[in-house]
Amino acid sequence: MGGTSGGRFQIGVSEVIYLDNAATSWPKPQVVIEAMADFLETAGGNPGRSGHRLSIEAGRVLYDARELVAEFFHASDPFRVVFTLNATHALNLAMRGILHPGDRVVTTGMEHNSVMRPLRQLEREGIGLAVVPCDQTGLVDMEAYRQALSVTTTMVVTTHASNVTGTIQPLEQMARLAHEAGALLLLDAAQTAGVLPIDVEAQGIDLLAFTGHKGLQGPTGTGGLVLGSAITETMISPLVRGGTGSRSEFEEQPERLPDRLESGTPNTVGLAGLKAGLEYVQRLTVEAVRERELAVVHILEQGLAAIPGVHLFGPEAAENRTATLSLRLEGIPVDQVGLRLDEDFAILARVGLQCAPAAHRTLGTFPEGTVRLSSGLFTTEAEARATVDAVRTLAGEAA
Amino acid sequence: MSRAGSSHGADGTYGAVVFHSTSAAIRADKTLRKAAVEAKLIPTPREISSDCGLALRISFEERDDVVALLTAAGVEIDGVHRL
Repeated sequence: MGGTSGGRFQIGVSEVIYLDNAATSWPKPQVVIEAMADFLETAGGNPGRSGHRLSIEAGRVLYDARELVAEFFHASDPFRVVFTLNATHALNLAMRGILHPGDRVVTTGMEHNSVMRPLRQLEREGIGLAVVPCDQTGLVDMEAYRQALSVTTTMVVTTHASNVTGTIQPLEQMARLAHEAGALLLLDAAQTAGVLPIDVEAQGIDLLAFTGHKGLQGPTGTGGLVLGSAITETMISPLVRGGTGSRSEFEEQPERLPDRLESGTPNTVGLAGLKAGLEYVQRLTVEAVRERELAVVHILEQGLAAIPGVHLFGPEAAENRTATLSLRLEGIPVDQVGLRLDEDFAILARVGLQCAPAAHRTLGTFPEGTVRLSSGLFTTEAEARATVDAVRTLAGEAA
Repeated sequence: MSRAGSSHGADGTYGAVVFHSTSAAIRADKTLRKAAVEAKLIPTPREISSDCGLALRISFEERDDVVALLTAAGVEIDGVHRL
């Protein structure tokens, strides 16, 4: 592995072709690794709890990360950024913190289990649920969506882009219709933060759940929920209560943000890494990241589509997807394709259902699933071409 | 005069700005540092009633300027006490 320092896309050649960036991005920029090591060496106190210099330094790292996330997603105030362990944690906080029995949720047929499992449980607890169908490419059926919103709805929960096919949903249109119907919009941006521009105020995102370890280039164990200006602090109850370093004489949870929703010692070393990852993406710009990822996914898409026996799922135009795509090879089970790609070509893909059974039902690929190839910031065009060659070899053997 | 960064003295030259959360205290410290106003985060003196264990020690003479700066930056203050 060559390393990724200095704001460049890639130096040297990796020994593997890593195409599992939709699960977690790899490699991480060198600056992220350095920021985490530096934090452990020089700022290792418990943030904001103790009043001594190491505690204060850790508190500053945490605050700077919060401010940077707010700026990145255009939140109105840094305290509207609530750090969580990951996008799943943020989605659970938003849904369970806001919804009550008798409320109603509208979601899509392309959701990950991070959305579907909490919603199915809430459904058992008396919350109404409508799942809007999506077409064969994974795109939400807007007419069905409008109809679903004709019944009083509390919240729309939608993925920004599918983790299976990369299909990008029409976010602004969905948010506008949700608001017209009096519903809040909760966006699952696990696949898009750092890859597509996100502006919570301009795009009408009331609740933004993001993860730090994918497009934002940070480590695992980081993520958050960003609250749009329509969300007041008392609208959302904490998932977890406990120590915050504030109002310590009281045994009740403080009301103010972010303490209301953040209890216990945070993952400060991880957030030091997330901050460095975000700065790295900011320096490149999200637009340049997207342009680069599109160039690579375009090579994959064009090359794979031309191979007999390859079935690609998702939108036809690369512009309508993230750098993630799914395929099947006629005559070879997906697990065999995954194993051969790894063992014979050192290409690391993910096969099966990718934690998204609902999406695979929509695509008609349930229960076998697909071979998912998700390129990322550091995937090269040469790696994309080598991947196309590898799939062609496998397809040739099966023919 | 601003000796807020130097050693602690209980002679009334210092003030302590207190907050509702440690995040607010750290945000206030960052705001003042950007404005080149001397300030130091300290454990909140026990005689002051505060929501938060961190306070910002400032020059008591500069308290009006400090409050104005923090208010303009959107930082919520719980109060200012003379030390």
